[in-house]
Amino acid sequence: MIPGPFSYHRPASVADAVKLLVDLGEDARPLAGGHSLVPMMKLRLATPAHLIDLRGIAALKGVSRNGNNLVIGAMTTQHELLASDEVAKSMPILHEAALLIADPQVRYRGTIGGNVANGDPGNDMPALMMTLGATYHLEGAGGARDVAAADFYQGAYFTALEPGEILTSITVPVPAAGHGYAYEKLKRKVGDYATAAAAVVLTMAGGKVATCSIGLTNVHETPLLATDAANAVIGTSLDAATLKKAAAAASAIMSPAADARGPVEYRKHVGGIMVTRALQRAAAIAK
Amino acid sequence: MNDLTPTREQRTAALEGMGCKRKRVEDIRFTQGRGNYVDDVKLPGMLHGDFVRSPHPHARVKRIDDSAALKVPGVLAVITAETLKTVNLAWMPTLAGDVQMVLADGKVLFQNQEVAFVVATDRYAADDGINAVIVEYEPLPPLVDPFKAMNADAPVLREDLVGKMSGAHGPRKHDNHIFEWTVGDKDLTDAAFRKAEVTIKEMISYHRTHPSPLETCQCVCSFDKIKGELTIYGTFQAPHVIRTVVSLIAKLPEHKIHVIAPDIGGGFGNKVGAYPGYICAAVASIVTGKPVKWVEDRIENLTATSFARDYHMTTEVAATKEGKVTGLRVHVLADHGAFDACADPSKWPAGFFNIVTGSYDFPTAHLAVDGVYTNKAPGGVAYRCSFRVTEAAYCIERAMDILAQKLNMDPAELRLKNFIKAEQFPYHSALGWEYDSGDYHTAMRKMMETTGYAALRKEQAERRAAFARGETRDIMGLGISFFTEIVGAGPSKNCDILGIAMFDSCEIRMHPTGAGIARVGSKSQGQGHETTWAQIIATEIGIPADNIMVEEGNTDTAPYGLGTYGSRSTPVAGAAIAMAARKIKAKAQMIAAYKLEVHEDDLEFDIDGFRVRGLPEKFMSMKDICWAAYNSVPPGMEPGLEAVSYYDPPNMTYPFGAYLCVMDIDVDTGVYKVRRFYALDDCGTRINPMIIEGQVHGGLTEAFAIAMGQEIRYDEVGNVVTGSFMDFFMPTAVETPHWETDFTVTPSPHHPIGAKGVGESPNVGGVPAFSNAVNDAFSFLGSTHIQMPHDFWRNWKAAKDLGAVA
Repeated sequence: MIPGPFSYHRPASVADAVKLLVDLGEDARPLAGGHSLVPMMKLRLATPAHLIDLRGIAALKGVSRNGNNLVIGAMTTQHELLASDEVAKSMPILHEAALLIADPQVRYRGTIGGNVANGDPGNDMPALMMTLGATYHLEGAGGARDVAAADFYQGAYFTALEPGEILTSITVPVPAAGHGYAYEKLKRKVGDYATAAAAVVLTMAGGKVATCSIGLTNVHETPLLATDAANAVIGTSLDAATLKKAAAAASAIMSPAADARGPVEYRKHVGGIMVTRALQRAAAIAK
Repeated sequence: MNDLTPTREQRTAALEGMGCKRKRVEDIRFTQGRGNYVDDVKLPGMLHGDFVRSPHPHARVKRIDDSAALKVPGVLAVITAETLKTVNLAWMPTLAGDVQMVLADGKVLFQNQEVAFVVATDRYAADDGINAVIVEYEPLPPLVDPFKAMNADAPVLREDLVGKMSGAHGPRKHDNHIFEWTVGDKDLTDAAFRKAEVTIKEMISYHRTHPSPLETCQCVCSFDKIKGELTIYGTFQAPHVIRTVVSLIAKLPEHKIHVIAPDIGGGFGNKVGAYPGYICAAVASIVTGKPVKWVEDRIENLTATSFARDYHMTTEVAATKEGKVTGLRVHVLADHGAFDACADPSKWPAGFFNIVTGSYDFPTAHLAVDGVYTNKAPGGVAYRCSFRVTEAAYCIERAMDILAQKLNMDPAELRLKNFIKAEQFPYHSALGWEYDSGDYHTAMRKMMETTGYAALRKEQAERRAAFARGETRDIMGLGISFFTEIVGAGPSKNCDILGIAMFDSCEIRMHPTGAGIARVGSKSQGQGHETTWAQIIATEIGIPADNIMVEEGNTDTAPYGLGTYGSRSTPVAGAAIAMAARKIKAKAQMIAAYKLEVHEDDLEFDIDGFRVRGLPEKFMSMKDICWAAYNSVPPGMEPGLEAVSYYDPPNMTYPFGAYLCVMDIDVDTGVYKVRRFYALDDCGTRINPMIIEGQVHGGLTEAFAIAMGQEIRYDEVGNVVTGSFMDFFMPTAVETPHWETDFTVTPSPHHPIGAKGVGESPNVGGVPAFSNAVNDAFSFLGSTHIQMPHDFWRNWKAAKDLGAVA
């Protein structure tokens, strides 16, 4: 439980951080909150020669409203998300999901950028960002580019990030006023990754679902958008048969690994239940 | 007398003696981060050791190459079995009469077994060194399933024992067999089953788990070459036993070994035995001439030092149609891992499992236990229980529920029908124990009345009907546990460890100003001995508990004791404390008689001093007697006021309790909710009710964890897959249910203050309550027994297997 030797760098700007990443090559890793990388280093499953700590870069912090979007700095901690009135007001599902991440100590250090950029299918924010239609802002030696959250995840720990690139901010469209939302997460205990979790954002019109987006956490090697399940509920009043159909459509795209949380069949089964429960709860609070 | 004269109540309260909810004195330092734990020990020039461990569960070690490791900056030495052989320490004896490799000697027998010990100037360098040691293995087929251990084609694990068809506990039937232990009258029991109107039979497993104390196992060894003395700071539940073991195996004179157990962050049985880390750190200190520290990390603690349970109990009960039990037959297959390192009293290979008749009046019973080797970590410690008592309590409490189900009888009614009656105590059980005291019917009825048991059963029936109608997906279970423990090991006629009788001890020395120090052979790991031991003395001799300092854990100053585990501290050390205090009181009485110029027999003890009978104004306080002990003792009496007692208990003590768990389970997800948990404990005389409550809360939390998910699990090829708190269920305050506590008081008739011990009751009694609640919830769907642990997915699987989930 002791990491191997490494050098520690603390750049003050994104440009300096990118330069260090480029100069030091693949032996260097950016460090955000450290809650994924440092445990891997302690087990010596990750052995970066250089850690580039992004915590000294003031520009990477904070939540701001920009028109119809929230712009969240990558180094904003989960705790800061929870403390943000803007998040609570305009994007309550982000508040709800952040509260389900680990425990207060982890949330004081864990960042939204680290959570989404690491590519860990167990993390909660990636599926939520896909559900909300977020865009990631990446900066590298070749300049900056934007990648949709839905296009970012390629496999477990594999993402669209190129060597030398840093995820610097996330732009999230604010959902329509009166939208319904829910993040249903089944976990064995506080601090655990989801056995299965589902994010739902929807709008209702005349008692029927008008728009709907569904994201799934930890039931596949990447976070998933359950598009067929979402389409199945649009135009319905979420009757029992529709909910069953949506759960089945969501379960159909899940391929979780068997682990101590349960066998594949169970994780798919409860994944469907999380979808059902999230849809019902979201519809109940939609105006 | 004037208004300022304290009343009797005020004088009693000022002592903070027995029965007082005295605040824990040790918490002042614990809650401020001022404890002194082993990892706080930092000696000049101290080195750090760490282990190279085997990735294989079973393999031959072909070659160990330490040349690259020795070039790592800071690495000073790499110790292997070959090194240890030069001092005859490659193997060490276990407490169970077996031997255990200190470092891999030709073979490894479990994953994460210790292979080499790297010594370096700091912990980081030691870990770098570990990663530079090259070990070449030739994998061998692993033996994981204990039920296959004695198959003809099973791989032979212990090559050192091949052909030895007799072990420490008698004949061996197979090279992977450790012992067979039988108790009871087989013929009589078999006859009872032949005549039985009703029988049940079930294989009830108690899975492998781990005590996992907050602080892992650790030590600092410092060998002084000039004096030839070895000092060991360590996380020891039994420091004196460690000193004796080290003396015997290292061939060092016992007076030149100083064992110091400072503050300990939980033990729960994990810190009773001797581990390779202790031996390696001691040898490394002898080799390097420097102090050497060894500190386990969490993975090492969970996967290499002492697991608990892993008992597979085929259980049969015979009964009449009316539900009167007539016989009990149990066969246990015990998975001991690669070495038999159980921490039981030496003559008890399956501990006190023969308490398995529980709280019930079985006319006859028979028990057979087979211990086997597998490619798993060694251990089998008493995880917050007296030796194998929790396995026994789980076995019989589950079996009684299964019998009730077969008889279509309420499990509470079945228990009431079969309890040993109050007038039967002292009660001789069919498997050889003499229960000292108990009043089971009163405790059970109090539990049923307080919880509204009858109404809960009615609610359950309504809920089941609603479930059948499709109106709810929740099922409700009521889990009863009525356990009897056997603790306080133990009488020298029954119990020894390596030939040392299991007494305990106390030395009290009163100072002239009315304060004193008590040194005790027990060793607190968080139980609060500094608080409670002083309370016993306060009541016995009338000196405020605040004026008594309690000291444990230093073998140079504490009298020899067998340590703290198996709920033995209050039954044995607590008795020694009371007896030593009574010696102080007896001498004090003589001094008081001399000073008050009366005969001793004319004095009576009155709360905090002696009073002349019939002359209430003639009184001498204990405080004044302490002063007099140092300046004006009677002619011919030696000055001073101190006493020592070594207490060999005449019998074990038998705490008991009645628990009820009310649980709701969502069959679609398997998610459970403990709606209510009521725990009534009878531990005899209650020394500090607040500490008892804390002990019960802690033990119930452990029981909850074990029953509902806490498991050390191996995959089919012998990899241990529960090596961290990510997968080894350690509940937080969020998951932990609310606990309701209650009590009855049935004092032990043979204990000086009537106390029985309580620390382990909630773990012993809690596990069957949780498991019975889950099983009771599912029983109406047609199941008779569902194995632990009852985590979410297994509950869902049970529902699915029973057809309740599509």
